[in-house]
Amino acid sequence: MAREGEAGAWLEAVQDATTLVIKARGDWIVRHADAADKAIAHLDAQGRSSVIFDLSNIGKLDTTGAWLLHKAQRFFQNQGATSTFIGVNGPQATLLDAVTKADKPMEHPPHGNPVLVIVERMGRTLEDVGHTMRDATAFFGLVLETLGKTILNPRRMRLTSTVYHMEQAGLDAVPIVSLISFLIGAVLAFQGAEQLRKFGGEVFTVNLVAISFLREVGILLTAIMVAGRSGSAFTAQIGSMKVREEVDAMRTLGLDPAEVLVLPRVIALIVMMPILGFIAAIMGLSGGGLVVLLQLGMSPEMYIQRLYDALDFWDVFTGVIKAPVFGLLIAVIGCFEGMKVEGSAESVGQRTTASVVEGIFTVIVIDAFFSILFIQLGL
Amino acid sequence: MTDDTIIRVRDLKTQFGDQVVHEHLDLDIHSGEVLGIVGGSGTGKSVLLRTILGLNHAVEGSIEIFGKLRSEMTPEEEHAVERRWGVLFQDGALFSSLTVAQNIQVPLKEHLKLSQTLMDEIAALKIALVGLPAEAGPKFPSELSGGMRKRAGLARALALDPEIVFLDEPTAGLDPIGASAFDDLIKNLQATLGLTVFMVTHDLDSLYAICDRIAVLAHKKVLVTGPISEMLKQEEPWIKEYFHGPRGRAAMAAKSAPPRS
Repeated sequence: MAREGEAGAWLEAVQDATTLVIKARGDWIVRHADAADKAIAHLDAQGRSSVIFDLSNIGKLDTTGAWLLHKAQRFFQNQGATSTFIGVNGPQATLLDAVTKADKPMEHPPHGNPVLVIVERMGRTLEDVGHTMRDATAFFGLVLETLGKTILNPRRMRLTSTVYHMEQAGLDAVPIVSLISFLIGAVLAFQGAEQLRKFGGEVFTVNLVAISFLREVGILLTAIMVAGRSGSAFTAQIGSMKVREEVDAMRTLGLDPAEVLVLPRVIALIVMMPILGFIAAIMGLSGGGLVVLLQLGMSPEMYIQRLYDALDFWDVFTGVIKAPVFGLLIAVIGCFEGMKVEGSAESVGQRTTASVVEGIFTVIVIDAFFSILFIQLGL
Repeated sequence: MTDDTIIRVRDLKTQFGDQVVHEHLDLDIHSGEVLGIVGGSGTGKSVLLRTILGLNHAVEGSIEIFGKLRSEMTPEEEHAVERRWGVLFQDGALFSSLTVAQNIQVPLKEHLKLSQTLMDEIAALKIALVGLPAEAGPKFPSELSGGMRKRAGLARALALDPEIVFLDEPTAGLDPIGASAFDDLIKNLQATLGLTVFMVTHDLDSLYAICDRIAVLAHKKVLVTGPISEMLKQEEPWIKEYFHGPRGRAAMAAKSAPPRS
């Protein structure tokens, strides 16, 4: 048998008619495991009934090396040859013994048919979606029940916590919501003016910005931003509390997590969403106004006058009516996903992603329903 | 440097903000010994372990590992050192997205080039060596009990057959049978592999059963080091209380009883 590399682990075979003597040389340690494994793969009893491993010239030996020697021995025994170690010192014998005792086949999960696996996964996902919708509805009911109880008995409301979340989810979101709305308002006005100029109707840019922002864009932008900012935060906060068993601790102390954790967040968003939506609308109109001033040379007084002419009561209030509903949905979904966290920190990440996606999705679906409703009502 | 000291800490100072955790701390770890670190809560046992591992930075002082100063190591040398030690964190610190077997293979993949079959075999071997059932291999850490996670963490720490293992409270949170089994396991591995063990522990039974030497951390430094027999002679009030308190006496009695097999 050839030497495998200069410094490493290798085997030398000496043979006579009945016995194969294999001398192991070098350091049989994990660093040389690759060379040693290859050396073992080349072994062949060549019909001899007895194999002797001579370890007297071995350098270092660790568990991996011992494992490989044991594997070689097992290989010969399976071929019906007797196999023994000689020249083993005390610690090496202990190590070989320990490794022999530890020789248990590892169980591998069965690999299925790939098509079946995909179909199975699709089925499971669909089932999960169904369960999520059912559980989310149940959770929504629980939140409404708790909300009702709190309204009947307002002393149970956690005021400090609610105010804290109003600050976190509402006040702290004002700068980013304002900035984004201002920019989108400006972009909308700019693009609108370009298109309307073709008809000679640039003045209607004001109507375009005002109606789209107050009815749809302002509140939708706010909702998406709040879902990304606060919905995810709710999930992560409650989720990490679940991982650390704080939620369980709360239950054993007689505190209701729905009342202590969920309700303050829900109330905070219900209250803050209309305010944020209003700020978004104002900032969007300001952005539009700036573009109208620069692009069309319309003075601010004129712009405000045009706004009065363009808008009626319901244009302003459809947005405001939707806001608390969106806030409620985002908060409930964020908390629901947080309560679904189980086991590890990884689960927190997965749930947070789910919370944002579901939050934005739900908001857009409900917004579509609102549109149909308002059209049917003629508002 | 002819002696068998593999880690030498000198005049170490660590602090977080204004809070000084260690000051003028000296500690030697000899090759092949089991060194137990004890100290009251908040004396910085874990901080010391993390500082030696390079997870915290020392403000002053030197740490010498395998004859090289930590502060003067190149990134390649640090990488080489990481190959020679294994660490068991308090709750195992297994990667939650990987199975136990994959966790054990992480250091193998990072440092060596081995065939997947061989890595599977090594993982199965380590799993069996630390006394986990074979079914544990394909399981995820979240599916294991705390004691099993510790064993799996030890299996990962031993993946590269390191010269020294650092154990952070290995027996904390285990039942007495599990804790004794873990002690035996460490003792066996130490005997068979010639392992050096650096162990932060509160478990007096462990101290009696497996530690060759004990270092007591108090007043921001290593107060005394020595075998348990020397600890019992110490007059310092905290050490006296620690080893002669009711729990210390019980552990001593357990030790003088016939040894468990």
